[in-house]
Amino acid sequence: MTTSGELAPPAERPTGEERFEALLAADERIEPRDEMPGAYRATLVRQIAQHAHSEIIGMQPEANWITRAPSLRRKAILMAKVQDEAGHGLYLYGAAETLGVRRDELLDHLHAGTQKYSSIFNYPTLTWADIGVIGWLVDGAAITNQVPLCRCSYGPYARAMVRICKEESFHQRQGFEILLTLSRGTERQREMAQDAVDRWWYPSLAMFGPPDGRSTHGEESAAWGIKRFSNDELRQRFVDMTAPQAEILGVRLPDPALAWNPGRDHYDFTEPDYDELFRVIKGGGPCNAQRMERRVRAHRDGAWVRTAALAHAAKHRGRIGPDAESPTTDGLRAAAGSPEEGVRA
Amino acid sequence: MSGDERSGERDWPLWEVFVRARRGLSHVHAGSLHAPDAAMALRNARDVYTRRSEGVSIWVVPAGAITASSPDEKDAFFDPAADKVYRHPTFYEVPDGAPHL
Repeated sequence: MTTSGELAPPAERPTGEERFEALLAADERIEPRDEMPGAYRATLVRQIAQHAHSEIIGMQPEANWITRAPSLRRKAILMAKVQDEAGHGLYLYGAAETLGVRRDELLDHLHAGTQKYSSIFNYPTLTWADIGVIGWLVDGAAITNQVPLCRCSYGPYARAMVRICKEESFHQRQGFEILLTLSRGTERQREMAQDAVDRWWYPSLAMFGPPDGRSTHGEESAAWGIKRFSNDELRQRFVDMTAPQAEILGVRLPDPALAWNPGRDHYDFTEPDYDELFRVIKGGGPCNAQRMERRVRAHRDGAWVRTAALAHAAKHRGRIGPDAESPTTDGLRAAAGSPEEGVRA
Repeated sequence: MSGDERSGERDWPLWEVFVRARRGLSHVHAGSLHAPDAAMALRNARDVYTRRSEGVSIWVVPAGAITASSPDEKDAFFDPAADKVYRHPTFYEVPDGAPHL
């Protein structure tokens, strides 16, 4: 808004591409109906879909322990966490759909293996301590990745990430608390916690993706404001945050080279095995087949429910209203009326 | 899963969700979701967007029912407001010390 009395001269109307570049340069957000380069759109669809799929597949290793959670408190918490993962998947599918793709197409890609999910979920959850480590390390790594995405250039993705990051901090703390309880418990409980840390440490480091030299999408994503920090920068940040937490937990991170380097002002650490990362992404992890089989089966087994719900909706369309006979009359009545009836009537 | 296997199945319609965080505030767009009908859209919206008491009231609107201004004509569309600075109180000169202005 101009506050002087001068009238602004009429400006030339910029092209869509100029407007896109100008918005990026001003660190403004791109919104769904803005013109955007096809490659920007394609990169976002690929990344958001991969992210959504990861949330949905990520429910499986955690759900594995719901029936065997050690107390009712832990069970209620774990169910809330798994429900959050479903919610995160839905926020993200919603964000992807603003780019003109349909959710059922994305699910087809997941089921056909033509879109990926995070390699971390192809590792098994062998003991209860794994649930603690997933919260502490896996969700901790995810938060490190995701906090910068809250400022991503694409508005709907950034907004979904704000919501997700708020909820992830509960996930990380509950995992830390599980491990703290185990590490203050019996000798066997301490061993269980250490064993889980030993198995998940390097896969968690690999969650940040290949090193910058081998990363395929890094530079483009940085230029478009989708990715604010490189894989290696984020990995370093995660190690720097996690090493002191391990000391408080009384667990040992399985890296003899891990040490504070005052010269760099960072921890030195051993890189994960990136060949293993690529192997797991391509399907060679311990649980790839099981995760996909279960996902596809759940989708297929749920098909009749989705169809029945549509048939039910079609049958009741036209007789929605205060007099409609339905077990959900309250909801229908509220939904059928004008939202602010009292104001607008 | 091949395309053939799922042919004939269509996804549930898309709804936009608006949440009133607390009394005294407007409903604000929270996101979208799929649901077969309005009642299920409300229930799903409750589970997806208000798991932590983020709202006291929800609207769901079929996404296709929303008419939006086009970003392509943004400049022309909003032009009429651009040259009317006299609509802002800061446009006017007021001597120092004039009370209650």
